[in-house]
Amino acid sequence: MEFFGKTNIDFIGRRKIAFAISAVIVVLGIIGVIQIARGAANMGIDFSGGTSIQLKFDKPLAIAEARTALAKGGIAKADLQEIKDGNKLLIKLDNNAGSSLGKPVAAVETIFKQAFPDNGFMVESSTEIGPSIGDKLRKDTLTAVAIALCGIVLYIAWRFDFKFGIGAVIATAHDCLAMVAVFYLLNKEINLLFITALLTIAGYSLSDTVVVFDRIRENLHKDMKSAAHTIFNQSINEVLSRTVITSLTTVLAAASLFFLGGEVIHDFSMALLIGLLVGTYSSIFVASPIVVVLEQRRQKKLAAIGKA
Amino acid sequence: MPKGAGWRVSLIIVFVLLSCLYLTPTLFAKLPSWWSGLMPKDRIHLGLDLQGGTHLVLEVDTQKAVEGSLDLVATDLEDTLNAKNLRFKRISRSGSEKVQLLLYEKGTAEAVQKLLKDKYPGYEQSPLHDDGGFVALTLRMPEELAKDRKDKSVVQALETIRNRIDQFGVSEPTIQREGINNIVVQLPGIKDPKRAIDLIGKTARLEFKMVREDVPPGSAVIPEDAELLKERIVDPTTGAVSEAPFVVQKKTIITGDLLTDAQVRIDSQFNQPYVAIEFNSLGSKLFDQVTATNVGKRFAIVLDGNVYSAPVIRERISGGSAQISGNFTEKTAADLAIVLRAGALPAPVKVIQNETVGPSLGQDSINKGLYAGLFGVLLVIIFMAVYYKLSGMVANIGMVLNVVYLMGALAALGATLTLPGIAAIVLLVGMSVDSNVLIFERIKEELRLGRSPRAALDAGYDKAFLSIFDSHVTTLITAAVLFQFGTGPVKGFAVSLSLGVIINLFTALIATRVTFDMFMHKGTVKKMSI
Repeated sequence: MEFFGKTNIDFIGRRKIAFAISAVIVVLGIIGVIQIARGAANMGIDFSGGTSIQLKFDKPLAIAEARTALAKGGIAKADLQEIKDGNKLLIKLDNNAGSSLGKPVAAVETIFKQAFPDNGFMVESSTEIGPSIGDKLRKDTLTAVAIALCGIVLYIAWRFDFKFGIGAVIATAHDCLAMVAVFYLLNKEINLLFITALLTIAGYSLSDTVVVFDRIRENLHKDMKSAAHTIFNQSINEVLSRTVITSLTTVLAAASLFFLGGEVIHDFSMALLIGLLVGTYSSIFVASPIVVVLEQRRQKKLAAIGKA
Repeated sequence: MPKGAGWRVSLIIVFVLLSCLYLTPTLFAKLPSWWSGLMPKDRIHLGLDLQGGTHLVLEVDTQKAVEGSLDLVATDLEDTLNAKNLRFKRISRSGSEKVQLLLYEKGTAEAVQKLLKDKYPGYEQSPLHDDGGFVALTLRMPEELAKDRKDKSVVQALETIRNRIDQFGVSEPTIQREGINNIVVQLPGIKDPKRAIDLIGKTARLEFKMVREDVPPGSAVIPEDAELLKERIVDPTTGAVSEAPFVVQKKTIITGDLLTDAQVRIDSQFNQPYVAIEFNSLGSKLFDQVTATNVGKRFAIVLDGNVYSAPVIRERISGGSAQISGNFTEKTAADLAIVLRAGALPAPVKVIQNETVGPSLGQDSINKGLYAGLFGVLLVIIFMAVYYKLSGMVANIGMVLNVVYLMGALAALGATLTLPGIAAIVLLVGMSVDSNVLIFERIKEELRLGRSPRAALDAGYDKAFLSIFDSHVTTLITAAVLFQFGTGPVKGFAVSLSLGVIINLFTALIATRVTFDMFMHKGTVKKMSI
């Protein structure tokens, strides 16, 4: 069985369209990063510090009612979120909320017990994170991302050419930004699991790109005469079938986690899914065209020097 | 058999057997009686997100430990100078790193200087200077010693907390140091997290201090050598909380370090629980002396700065036992006995992170996670079998081997499986197929060029090797970084991912290859099912 026979698609020729699409993604992603840095995005409490409590009620409970009850009980600033299956409510409080009420989890429990005496509930999970640990985690995470990216760039630069290194890093950054963009636009929580997904995809997208680069390098050695444009196109077409099929198998696995994995890994697998799709796109439409552009520029420069 | 296949096949089989061996304790809750001695006993632990429980990060206030030892130095100096008849105005800790001595005369000051040099050689002495007509001298704890003291306080706190948790009774707790000042405590499957946190977080500094009857508790001026402490009183009928002030001597006569035992008893008269304590020989001697000289006076039993009770000494007590009564329930009395037996923390701790997952959510997550994982694996298996036919089945065997090896490795390491860890395994399934897809596509290309199946197979493996290697290294780099910086679930993810990548290199390059070799070594295969 084969999805693709011998293809001959001009991927490099379509780079302007691809660059336009990617530019939009990147801009959205950068806006997302800025908002995250400003703390304006939906930050998980592992970064912002605070308390998060997940309650499971016996009967459905409207968010508005819950909010009113909390406000009456002295907790004015709470972020409420409904979890679809099973009458679940996720409550997030920042570090200052309810500080006068003693332990925030206990305070919330008391409030709901008093406000809805006929709607029993249990605390499914609770997390309290002090401000100092949030700061530390944020710093650690930034260091981790930076170190991981540096390590990968160095490896690629060592195994290939510097131009390829740039192409790979831009493509990877592009994928990460795309994930941030989607999460920011959908107002999904940015937490430690999201960062984990981000780094995993960085690794995956790179390995995807590396396979394409490997083939390009091989063909460059075999064929010294043809234009870079042609060789790149030919190489991408040659590995197209592999690129699509591996993405497909990994997407199958990630999609089943997304649809069936339950609430705890729902967002995590969604991040993986987005990353897998964008990563496949970028290794074809972003990484290689950038190397071609860099290569053409170099040749023009060389030609200009030759004329002068 | 083809050349070189023998050792590869045996390696595969040995690894499978090893994995099964290591997985046995995980798969069977009850091990047979002959399973003992050298057989592995570690099992794959379930993370808190899967089985419920509490994850705490505690920060030890190490500065307080340094201050504590400086207080001891001050007390010790007071005793020494008194014993040597060197007269002084005051010796006390000043700030968080110095002890200040105020003396009356220069002559004594010089003698003290010499004494300090002998007794505390590492400490830095300031030159003598004038302070409001007295001769002042400060003793500074050297940085290195302070650092050592801080470090020890964390180690000691960890031991004490471990002791308390053991006595409280939690199965398979994890208590680890993290970073410089932090201690991570994981209590899987715990039912009453609030009580456990109170138990762990209590400093439990027990002190016996004399009550200063000469100073009324309401007075505005409290002498320098005394302090105001409070007793919390809960009205048993109304539940109202009130506070009773006490003025006590600052100097502690006996501390909780001198205890050997603490047990809960029930007062037969009022049916009220109390904690009976036993002193060691030094403690008994001190208690005997103090009670002998202070008959008719009151002493306060102080725990973490709160007065629990202040009984009147009716007679000399020489047996070395005493009792702490207060407003206890049976639970609070039991917990107090535990913390007293386990000893005080060398410095206060603060809970800076507390994650608690209820057992129902845990069960729900593990069911869904496993279900989703199995479904994903099944999808991939079907796809490979349809798309690559027999070769796809070889890849599937490789993938199953991968999963078995990975579970075996996790069990051997006694690793913790978290929900993201399951996700990593599923992701690994996708990636393990990736290597085979790379190889198969290469083989297809070679076949299209008209090579024989045998030649195409060799070329496919050879040419795909570099790509596979490169892509695995990049993933390994990220996994390693995640492991280094990640905590909890993220670390679990990183462990699964990095083990998976290494195992996958083995199965992709050796296990599936040898399977093909076995099929094709005779060279009679005309057409490849790919």
